[in-house]
Amino acid sequence: MTRKISLGPLNRVEGDLDIQLSLDENEHFIKEAQVKSTLYRGFENLLTGKAVMDALAITPRVCGICSISQSVAAAKAIADFAKTPMAENGQKVTNILLASEMVADILTHFYLFFMPDFTQPAYSKKAWSDEVNSSFTAVSGKQHGLMLKARAEFLHIMGILAGKWPHSMVFQPGGVSKTVSLSEQIKLLGIMANFKSYLEQVVFGDKLENIANLQNQTELENWQHRHSFSHSDFSMFLGISNDLSLSEFGASSGQLLAFPAFEQDNNNYYRGGVFLDNQIQALATSNIVEHHDFAKLYGDKFSPVSGLTQPDINKKDAYTWCKAPRYDNKVMETGSLARQFINGESLALSLVNSTGTNIHNRMILRLVELAKLTLQIENWIKDIEPKNTFCHQIKMPKEGQGIGLSEAARGSLGHWLTVENGKISNYQLVAPTSWNFSPRDNQGIPGALEQSLAKLPYQSEQDKQMLQHIIRSFDPCMLCTVH
Amino acid sequence: MIMPKQLNLLWLQSGGCGGCTMSLLNAEQPNVFDAFKNSHINLLWHASLSANPSNDFAQIIDDIRSNKVQLDILCVEGAAVTGPDGTGGFHMVSGMDIPMMTLIDQLAQKSLYTLAIGSCTAYGGMTRSNKNQTDVKGLQYVAEQKGGLLGSDYVSKSNMPVINIAGCPAHPEWILHTIQAIALERFDENELDTVQRPKFYTEHLAHHACPKNEYYEYKASAATPGQAGCLMENLGCKATQAAADCNIRLWNGHGSCPKAGYACINCTAPGFEEPGHAFSETPKLAGIPIGLPTDMPKAWFIALSSLSKAATPERIKTNARSETIKISPDMAKNKGNAKK
Repeated sequence: MTRKISLGPLNRVEGDLDIQLSLDENEHFIKEAQVKSTLYRGFENLLTGKAVMDALAITPRVCGICSISQSVAAAKAIADFAKTPMAENGQKVTNILLASEMVADILTHFYLFFMPDFTQPAYSKKAWSDEVNSSFTAVSGKQHGLMLKARAEFLHIMGILAGKWPHSMVFQPGGVSKTVSLSEQIKLLGIMANFKSYLEQVVFGDKLENIANLQNQTELENWQHRHSFSHSDFSMFLGISNDLSLSEFGASSGQLLAFPAFEQDNNNYYRGGVFLDNQIQALATSNIVEHHDFAKLYGDKFSPVSGLTQPDINKKDAYTWCKAPRYDNKVMETGSLARQFINGESLALSLVNSTGTNIHNRMILRLVELAKLTLQIENWIKDIEPKNTFCHQIKMPKEGQGIGLSEAARGSLGHWLTVENGKISNYQLVAPTSWNFSPRDNQGIPGALEQSLAKLPYQSEQDKQMLQHIIRSFDPCMLCTVH
Repeated sequence: MIMPKQLNLLWLQSGGCGGCTMSLLNAEQPNVFDAFKNSHINLLWHASLSANPSNDFAQIIDDIRSNKVQLDILCVEGAAVTGPDGTGGFHMVSGMDIPMMTLIDQLAQKSLYTLAIGSCTAYGGMTRSNKNQTDVKGLQYVAEQKGGLLGSDYVSKSNMPVINIAGCPAHPEWILHTIQAIALERFDENELDTVQRPKFYTEHLAHHACPKNEYYEYKASAATPGQAGCLMENLGCKATQAAADCNIRLWNGHGSCPKAGYACINCTAPGFEEPGHAFSETPKLAGIPIGLPTDMPKAWFIALSSLSKAATPERIKTNARSETIKISPDMAKNKGNAKK
């Protein structure tokens, strides 16, 4: 008899998540895990029969956390369908807003979701316990107030450029509906200056350039040796991570996926691709197939080009509303780690080549990306040319298809659009956490998180706490997952 | 000294997007945690924010059910999902074998105040669009129809109907000021409008203080996204009908939908998700927008519009159709080029 344990409802994640563990006979370790997404809304079906441009009002509301990522993917899908290029200023404003959403998300994840786990009773005997409790206890930790203030002031960027956040309709296939004046450009730089000084003083305790320029694991270790545990929140995380050996937990298949993101001229800041068979390869979206075998949905498997989302609540063996996307039949991990690794960024290559995918590497690379994107946002603001156009007009064909690819904070997001008689006839979206928290596929192969949890010890309080770190290290967004 | 009363707040999420919680985190002066602390709000549970390990959740629920813990404020974010076939099976509570709609109903029978956070929770919201395929309901409405999950006669223990903090998302101050007013014992039924929204933000129109108001006065309209003109005639803007103080209060310190060049879609209204036309296009009959300001006789509106269109200064007409200001007021003054 194997005992089954439910970890739900898991708090400090975005949306509804349950995880069922099957333990071995002696209850020493986890035999297998099933990741369950428990809310079905059927957002794709809301779009059927609607005007094409309505996707810009409906899809951001898939998710209040990744709202801009959804808008950007929708605008790109329509642009691809209408064969429209985006105005250069439009690209820059879009990039600033998408990167700002990611940056805000990384902060929220680190402070509100991830770090409070180190204040749990399992760690009360640790030398660092008192200091970490005072900094990161949920709701009352002293670092949370500082973060919320800095985050809200930083998100004034949204007020200026997007009108509001979440759920802005500023994003257009031809650019953005907001023009930016010279004075607004200067105001935006002022917001960035304040935000950078918060990151440098509180989060990192170092210049952002120094964090962004860490080239490899040795340089990261040297940085840690030069700074005390209490020096900054970054150094505290490094200290805790060493003490708990977080780099030894949370390995996934090690196969990585990233979509191109942040268009600039004819290039992308993130080039996108896959890491399969030990090499970085070009992305071919035709390799993406969603398996329905363990999802409470009709059908067996579909390409998102012609995907189907139809609930089948009593389906045998199905345990989640999440489909199982696979790339060339492989389980992929997506996220900050994946996009930096595939982009060939040296710290990501060094960390992943030396210890693989794990809690430590996911968290470090997310924080380093916070520094890099913050610097990049400043560049994009400076590159705006207020006198040039922000939005090209588009001419909409009556029929056709479009694909919109982008990245959200937690990984690759794609929208697949089909138009007939001037209306949307099918709309499918594949979200980052659909990859990371997918159920088994038609070969019975578990998804990325399910693989990370299998075979782990499950005895001490610290063992149990480690599961929580692994789960949150993916920065899951369950609202996007099922949609 | 009498200690101020501590209020227990519990926050559930269901058929929504989590965007109202994200919006709440945008609160400034003070931030959300300080606002709770200042008003002596004790957060019993919020899935995204609270410290409690998950096995505490069942205990908290039991304590409320058995009256061991008083639930002062119940906040629900997201519509009640009642499908398929009224079972609520589209949203089961993680780790508990009951539908979320049942848990919401049980807790609403215990709470002193019940708050519907966001338009989904109030009226159904975006998930209700396109034939309501998952049978979502607002707590006390489905679109304009009273009833909803809890029924039209529902009142919480304070004898109040559901308080609908509508908006997609709700502004952080709409949420916090309602909670803070409750904590001050200054919030009763007189504070609610006809669809149970707090009047303090719905006694204004989103149109009030819109920076495009001069263009509106002359019906000098933008034709495509990015142009400076008014968004009402062509691009779907409903700010003249939308009950909300967006352009007065502003979002994220600076913004509003029209300020960023796109239409107000009246997201605080019941049924906003099904406008009956494309969101960014103004439906017209014989060239005249159908959705005119709610309380103005149509004939008057048309007469005034044709008059003001005829009187539109060249400056306003030109600028309305361009991304940057082509003729500034000082240039217009010096040229004296107002249309005769």
